Amino acid sequence: MAENAVWVYGESRDGEPTAVTLELVSKAAELGDATVVFLGAGAEAAAEIAGRYGAAHALVDPNPSYDEHLALGAVDALHALVTERAPSLLLFGATYDSRDVASRLAARLDCGVVCNCTDVQREGEGYKMLTPWGGDAVAVCELHCAGVKLVLARAKAFAARESGGECRIERFEAQLGASARAVRIVDAVEEAAQGPSLSDAAVVVAGGRGLGKPESFDKVEELAALLGGAVGATRAVVDAGWRPFGEQIGQTGVTVKPSVYIACGISGAVQHLSGMKGSRTIIAINRDPDAPIFRSADLGVVGDVNTVLADLLAEIRTRRG
Amino acid sequence: MRIIVCVKQVPDPEVVQYRVDSSSKRLVREGVEVVLDPGDGVALEAALQLAEAVGDSTLTVVSMGPERAAEAVRRALAMGVALGASAGVLITDPALAGSDARGTAKALAAAIRMREFDLVFCATESTDGYTGMTPGMLAEMLNIPHLSFVRTLECNGRSVTARRVTERGYQVLEADLPALVTIASGSFEPRYPPLRGLMAAKRMQLETLDVAALGLDPEDVGTAGARERVVELQSAEARAAGQVVPDDGEGAARIADLLARVGAL
Repeated sequence: MAENAVWVYGESRDGEPTAVTLELVSKAAELGDATVVFLGAGAEAAAEIAGRYGAAHALVDPNPSYDEHLALGAVDALHALVTERAPSLLLFGATYDSRDVASRLAARLDCGVVCNCTDVQREGEGYKMLTPWGGDAVAVCELHCAGVKLVLARAKAFAARESGGECRIERFEAQLGASARAVRIVDAVEEAAQGPSLSDAAVVVAGGRGLGKPESFDKVEELAALLGGAVGATRAVVDAGWRPFGEQIGQTGVTVKPSVYIACGISGAVQHLSGMKGSRTIIAINRDPDAPIFRSADLGVVGDVNTVLADLLAEIRTRRG
Repeated sequence: MRIIVCVKQVPDPEVVQYRVDSSSKRLVREGVEVVLDPGDGVALEAALQLAEAVGDSTLTVVSMGPERAAEAVRRALAMGVALGASAGVLITDPALAGSDARGTAKALAAAIRMREFDLVFCATESTDGYTGMTPGMLAEMLNIPHLSFVRTLECNGRSVTARRVTERGYQVLEADLPALVTIASGSFEPRYPPLRGLMAAKRMQLETLDVAALGLDPEDVGTAGARERVVELQSAEARAAGQVVPDDGEGAARIADLLARVGAL
């Protein structure tokens, strides 16, 4: 096995690596000899940028087929590469696309995947992965299988560091079978959102079931607008159809690390906490004094969320004159 | 259309705070209220609406879990009795306890391979484990394409067309059958099971399968076969304890004070 060869499955858009890709590349460089794999149009341009963030080596296959079909081409390419070159670790960002690729690749390799990972540590010959577990614990996980270890890491778990290096770019051409074209992407539609994007907003105001009804989100939206922030939601209210999936904060959906996070009527399920725990200041409003969210809050107000929100909107308007 | 829906029974996310057993390092499932995973209700609704649209369909509900998971299978069947939900399969065996996503997918794949199907429905992830790895692994083991994070879908009997949620909007996907789809949370509103459905589902004979019936090696699944192992539990880095105060009418002012202090006003 290649000694401490740490690979990153890179995602890019118009030749630019995504934010999480650069975070993982910097982490990989810290752990060992970093290689990044980019597939599809713009792969080479993306690789050059990744070099500045710590990638020593890039494997690129600019075949446009990867952009025209879902997941399976990447699974074929990665399977062939890791089988031939035996890296010790392969990091993925916990994105929709990478989840698809990692799960299928794991099955093909008959191995496991550590998900929702927030840190990776080198230990002896292997790696230990940290992942949130239950309300207040972190699990230290290992993968018991031969060969490459697959890890899906959360966005913003690591810092992207521009070191100014350069990477050696190697082109390869994966043999893609007919199955690589099984799921055709026939169209891609962007839906415009208002205000700052949830993942980058400095202030996030999020609502949960405790708001009682979908209409109560009007106040959440108002507060977000007043503070120049974005609106977020828990999985429970997304499941209930109150809010669109794009606002979901947590394990699936968006990870946020704003300066200020205001949780309105959110109890603080693990799956939600892991998507916002990194926020600098957390304010929570909830009726239940035992709600787990209060254990993560800098300020918790126990009371009726709709009343407190109405008071808060009035208070802010008064102070601003 | 021959439809299979995979479901899971989970601790009720509305009432319980998940606890982890410190010795087994697994989720405590004993003595807690359990329900059909709400995400599976959404996937099931998607399947039922498709069955309604194409007509003449059969729907099989498959689950893995302890014996009491039969309740979740019956709950799912009750939702769909009028639309051809006629068969329930419960995979249950002590040897499967402690399975990771791979072990679960192996068992589901073995049970699904025993029948003919056109489309398999899953939630994108469970509400208790929420890794979202099982559906992709299952599709790979069944050697069929999978369309993930689907929020709407149509099917013409030969192929499926779906809208898939992306970070910026959606993609339109097409694949030939058989295929597996995962339904994004919140995309469909699960119907309430009719009383007639609940009664009928109660009387239905479920097929139960153990490791031997599935042709699996007990050493390759469950705790013994798990690739993902928790070796240690640490307390999460605690945030400095904050202040929790009752709303005595001053709650909003206190929040505004803090917002002003951190420069957010």
